[in-house]
Amino acid sequence: LGLALYASSLCAASGAAFLYHDYCVIGAGPSGLQAAYFLQRAGRDYVVFERSHAPGSFFALYPRHRKLISINKRYTGKSNSEFNLRHDWNSLLSHDRRLLFRRYSRDFFPDADAMVRYLEDFASLLKLRVQYNTAIIHVTLERDGQAWNGHYFLLTDQDRQNYKCSSLLVATGTWVPNVVNFPGSEYVEGYETVSINPEDFAGQTVLILGRGNSAFETAENILGVTNFIHMVSRSRVRLSWATHYVGDLRAINNGLLDTYQLKSLDGLLEGNLEDLAIVKDKKGKLHITLRFYLENRNTSAGIDSVTLPQDELDNFATRAPYDRVIRCLGWKFDFSIYNRSLRMMPGKGNKKKYPQIKPSYESRSTRGLFVLGTASHSVDFRKSAGGFIHGFRYTTRAVHRLLENRHHGVPWPSTVYPITQLTNSIIKRVNEASGLYQMFSILADIILLRENATAFEYLEEYPVGVLAELETQTGRKAPNGLFVVIMEYGRNFSGADKDVFYYNRAVGEAQHAWQSNFLHPVIYYYKRLPTEREMRLRPPDWPLPRPDAVHHIVEDFLTDWTAPNAHILPLRRFLENCLSTDLRNFFAESCFLFAFTHQKLPPFCRQGYVRMQGLVGSEGLRRHAVEAGLLEDYAPTDFPGDRPPDSREGSQDQLLRDHAIPVHPLQHLVNAKDE
Amino acid sequence: ELSPQEYFSSLQAGRASLAYFSHNVSPGAQPFLEQIENSAEALQDYGISVVKVNCPKEDVSRYCGKENALRKAYLFRGNMLIREFPTDALFDVNSIVANVLFALLFNEVKYVETLADLQNIENALKGRSNMVFAYVPATGTAEHRAVMEAAFAYGTVHQFVLTTEATLLKDTGDDESDVSSARLLFCHCQQATDLAEPCRRTAMGQTLTMLNIHRHLKLMGAPLVTEVAEDPEKVSTVHLQLGLPLVFILSQKETYEADRRTAEFVAWQLLGKAGVALLSRDLVDLNILLRSNVALKTPDEGVPIKYLVLEDTDEVITLVEDKNKIEQIQEDEEEEEEDEEEKENNNQDIQDDQVVEAVSRDKKRELPLEQILVLTEDTFHSALLETARTVVLFYASWEAVSLAVLRSYTEVADHLKGTQGVLLSRVNCWDWPGVCAKENVTQLPTIKIYEKGERSVMYNGMWGTEELTSFIMLSRVSCPLKLATIDEAEGYLRGEFPSELSSYHHTSLLGVFSTATSEAREAFEEAGSILSGHVTMGMYFEDDALALSRKYAVSPPALLLARSGGRSVEGIALSKQSAQDMVRTIRYESLDIFPEITVQNLPRYLQFRKPFLILFSDGDISQMESKEMLKLAKGRPQEAFVACWLNLKKTPVGRGVLKAYFATMPSLPVLVWVNLHAGGQVFKFPSEQSITEMNILSWLEKLKAGLEIPSSTLSEEDWKPPLPAYDFLQMMETAVPELPLHTSHRRGDTPERHPPESPGGDTAVREEPSQETKVEKVGSPGRDLRGTAPRLAAREKQGKRHSKL
Repeated sequence: LGLALYASSLCAASGAAFLYHDYCVIGAGPSGLQAAYFLQRAGRDYVVFERSHAPGSFFALYPRHRKLISINKRYTGKSNSEFNLRHDWNSLLSHDRRLLFRRYSRDFFPDADAMVRYLEDFASLLKLRVQYNTAIIHVTLERDGQAWNGHYFLLTDQDRQNYKCSSLLVATGTWVPNVVNFPGSEYVEGYETVSINPEDFAGQTVLILGRGNSAFETAENILGVTNFIHMVSRSRVRLSWATHYVGDLRAINNGLLDTYQLKSLDGLLEGNLEDLAIVKDKKGKLHITLRFYLENRNTSAGIDSVTLPQDELDNFATRAPYDRVIRCLGWKFDFSIYNRSLRMMPGKGNKKKYPQIKPSYESRSTRGLFVLGTASHSVDFRKSAGGFIHGFRYTTRAVHRLLENRHHGVPWPSTVYPITQLTNSIIKRVNEASGLYQMFSILADIILLRENATAFEYLEEYPVGVLAELETQTGRKAPNGLFVVIMEYGRNFSGADKDVFYYNRAVGEAQHAWQSNFLHPVIYYYKRLPTEREMRLRPPDWPLPRPDAVHHIVEDFLTDWTAPNAHILPLRRFLENCLSTDLRNFFAESCFLFAFTHQKLPPFCRQGYVRMQGLVGSEGLRRHAVEAGLLEDYAPTDFPGDRPPDSREGSQDQLLRDHAIPVHPLQHLVNAKDE
Repeated sequence: ELSPQEYFSSLQAGRASLAYFSHNVSPGAQPFLEQIENSAEALQDYGISVVKVNCPKEDVSRYCGKENALRKAYLFRGNMLIREFPTDALFDVNSIVANVLFALLFNEVKYVETLADLQNIENALKGRSNMVFAYVPATGTAEHRAVMEAAFAYGTVHQFVLTTEATLLKDTGDDESDVSSARLLFCHCQQATDLAEPCRRTAMGQTLTMLNIHRHLKLMGAPLVTEVAEDPEKVSTVHLQLGLPLVFILSQKETYEADRRTAEFVAWQLLGKAGVALLSRDLVDLNILLRSNVALKTPDEGVPIKYLVLEDTDEVITLVEDKNKIEQIQEDEEEEEEDEEEKENNNQDIQDDQVVEAVSRDKKRELPLEQILVLTEDTFHSALLETARTVVLFYASWEAVSLAVLRSYTEVADHLKGTQGVLLSRVNCWDWPGVCAKENVTQLPTIKIYEKGERSVMYNGMWGTEELTSFIMLSRVSCPLKLATIDEAEGYLRGEFPSELSSYHHTSLLGVFSTATSEAREAFEEAGSILSGHVTMGMYFEDDALALSRKYAVSPPALLLARSGGRSVEGIALSKQSAQDMVRTIRYESLDIFPEITVQNLPRYLQFRKPFLILFSDGDISQMESKEMLKLAKGRPQEAFVACWLNLKKTPVGRGVLKAYFATMPSLPVLVWVNLHAGGQVFKFPSEQSITEMNILSWLEKLKAGLEIPSSTLSEEDWKPPLPAYDFLQMMETAVPELPLHTSHRRGDTPERHPPESPGGDTAVREEPSQETKVEKVGSPGRDLRGTAPRLAAREKQGKRHSKL
């Protein structure tokens, strides 16, 4: 607070017409509001700029046909709120249980209006500081050695009002429609404005450019009334259930695939849109031709002189004329508002719609500028869920934690546990944690070992791409080695061309767990923190460099990894072997025996029994352990008559023991060390 | 070079010499002369001198005179002419040596031309001596020379027979050999008894050189089977010296005869290729697998003996004959070892955690949970307000230790059924992680006792029914309890007040304060809140506090301590103490001086990290022992050692302790000194001495002086992982070596650039074999036969992968 006061007073003193805030967030969409929530909870000085009069303006317009394809699963059979978030793709994170999306819609695929209402409530119920009707039109830097990052961000809105911030969080999403320019593209209608009334398409022949969810959604809407729909795009269709990527074509939108494959006149074509040209004939029909033909023609000649492909190739696929051509090519980030000094560069290749950022979500070229939400998807494009609410709500929290450490000396939240809780901590998290599950291979839990492996520190959902910088980014120390808990799909499982329904696709036995195909927990062990160089040179497709040891918990049909023998036991063995210790649990009686027969005790006895918290266990359990051969019964069984009659206490126990099955001495418990 | 006179006068009886007579210049004989001269050295070895006799021009004697005599060489023994050789038969050193020895060894080397001759000789030798039969395609060859040289050395031991007749070779049954190469067979006629049968033959496999023949004859002369009764590593036989392996047949007393026969059979098969020894395991202490039956020792130094398990004698023979097979068998063996390792590792998936296993074996039993209220996120807070005290067990339904505690908790609920003002409840943190996080539950299980609208206490005692019940009951009473009257104070010390606690064993503490000692009283009250549930604390500061203090001879501020058992009251003076000091004092003072050690109370005494003097007894100890030990304990402060006794009837695991100390159960009672925390030595008080304070003290003196020998020493090993983990990193590398993981540098080494990733199309193809091998491995029955029966059944059903469910 002091710092904030100091900073604001500084601005006032200089007399500039700047409104100062520590944090400026551009955009009050889901990620902007999510960031605002964390800043508010931490008591930071922040403001959110929203150009519209209400939050989530993108959702007020899109998707045009109003059906969200993020699932709103209201029932899971479980009451664990963290676990349930795994199947709630629309809620933002908050402490307020009223702000769960299932309270806003009963639909599995909710209407976009519900999202608008939800975001409005989220902003108002949590009293987030959002400045509406403020469109930031320019962002530039002001060098200042005193500033957190060596510069301030100067923002200008549509009314020439200036704002000054120490840290800039860009949550503007991707909203600029992708447009392709080719001869005749003026005849193309955009997804943004095309009619959503199917009646307007009755009896028409339609060509759709694009192959994403918006293209299929558009097709789905008019499928029943058109003559036929053709869909053209450079790439082949990628089905999300084959790629495990939620941004690919979702099954709910794929009605056109059905009609195409069943020869119901609709069809899919591959081709480069930039080679296309569209010519309109006198009747207003649109003909597909190639740019190549147009370039060669005599400019003075009329429409009839244009060569059409079918003139040379009379079975050319799209020779039939279209009534309408609709462009559904997605959106890109708005790069236009940033001064060149910020060097906001588009990504490479298929990530060019996103600005370039580091795995810590900070801009590659401007310190203190973080990109949140959909615009930050370049980190995990076509891999994980970072471009979607159910993913970026966690990456936004991670960014907030990084900022808390960097600017406010608040280290990454962590809990210290005794080593006996190690297996439990991992099992708990892999079973319920939603951030690990949604942001698989991107966010990871980090377990920092304390000296002599007697205790450990647990950090949740750290961006694994900046593992090498863990100590500076979190303010936690990792001198004694660490575990990284992450979730992964099998490396060769998903892909556009793979049969994901092949027989025997699931691994059942723990010893083959590394071949697991579905999402499953993986634990990496490093004796020391990997360096940046090691991170850079890690094998392609690996989220992390080669560990000293690795463990896969075998995939589970129910994603319930609590089976004592298949899940917990192999994990315990892995942890034991990494730490070179014995992590078994023991009844107090065993600890008593060890205390008198060994100079050292296993951790469970040391941290429990010796501290007067031994596990006495019920007689029934004791008997089970004896029957399992894991506990020796020392009660004499041979002279039942020898017992003095006055031993009231425990005589019943004695009796029970006498009837217990005699068991052979257990070398591995008593003399484990001699072997 | 001699003159004829000189030559003939130099001839000695019995000495052979080869002479060549020549006139000074005889150019045509020059090459022949060179060969003669070259062979001089070789013949010298056989005591044959080579002489060139220079004939004077005028000499016309027998050897010099005749023209054709000059074209010959003459072999003399003494001055007797044995043979004259035409110079064209002596074309090189080999032919000279061969022919000369052939002539000299006329008796030792029989030359045969027909099969009948051979059989006659063979029959004549049977039962008497062995025969060496050699076939050479022509005389005067290197092979011929080698045979003759061998005959020179062994001619007196074996009968040599030579032939140049190829048919004879065929007739001896050696069909395979081609007649252009020489052969040598050793015929074991000495042991032959059957006149009708030909002698057993052992062909020499190598080419006929002097060295090879020598080796072969040496091997034939060695005993067929050597009996060994020492460490095989130390055994050396002629075979090993000659660079051949030695096969040990491992024998036992019970199977000796059969093993002997096997050894002989094998020895015959391997004659000339390897030695065979019969090793009696009974006589040698071998640290090898019991099922090993054959060992192979190679002549190479430093190569350890390989112990093998072979099925039949053919394997022994191939073991020696086929080098490749050796490697293969060894590999098989290694694989088998690997399999064995795997078999051992297969225990990896067998539960060795006693708590987890006990809980999972109990999981089908329905727990009597009706007395325990289930709390949820919604009901948690309201429930806490309904009862004076709410006990909450925070657990996870998948976590073994908390499930074990839940079982004890149901027993507690049973004990406390009907108790007013106490509600037992539970929260499953797997269902309600929010509640557990908010209540700061970081470890499972956790028990907290919530007082209505007030603070909560976390239970930090043993997870046992009795301890937990007592804790809940004791913490119902405010701690410290303000006592109003002297009667209450007296009743409190007797354990009768408050009455609801009378059935629970507990130590009662009474703080006696005067009005001037408010500081100590505040510390006492604070200590009370810390110790609540573990001890009962009362407080009396009425006017007649002085009467109380006088009665127990203490001056306020002071503590009166009444133990649960005897109810004798001890007075403890309090000086200026903080609450923490007071807690420490109370904890220390409430310990028994000579306690009966149990599973539950041991930790309280362990914390002193002192040696233990334990009297193990089968049942109660006698009054006498108790008195003496008490005297001893009272005399020594607990800082020196912990004196205690153990009732084996109540604490049967004490037998396990004794078994670990002494191989057999000692006679009881037994007094033992254990340095638990320093060195771990265990000493046993001499059983012939009676347990008296004096005896024990003098024994302890001796211990200190190092005059006693410890019965055993406790292991100071760390607790290592009981079994290895699945090495997925290695599995990945072996199964899919193309994975870039493999090429990545080892940590710590200088990193190298990764080779470019293989083109995408490739990987799919390359992956196939790995999958196939996986399937194969699963299909092989050998793997499936391992593991416990239920697992096996499950595995057979489902294979490695779940195809449907």
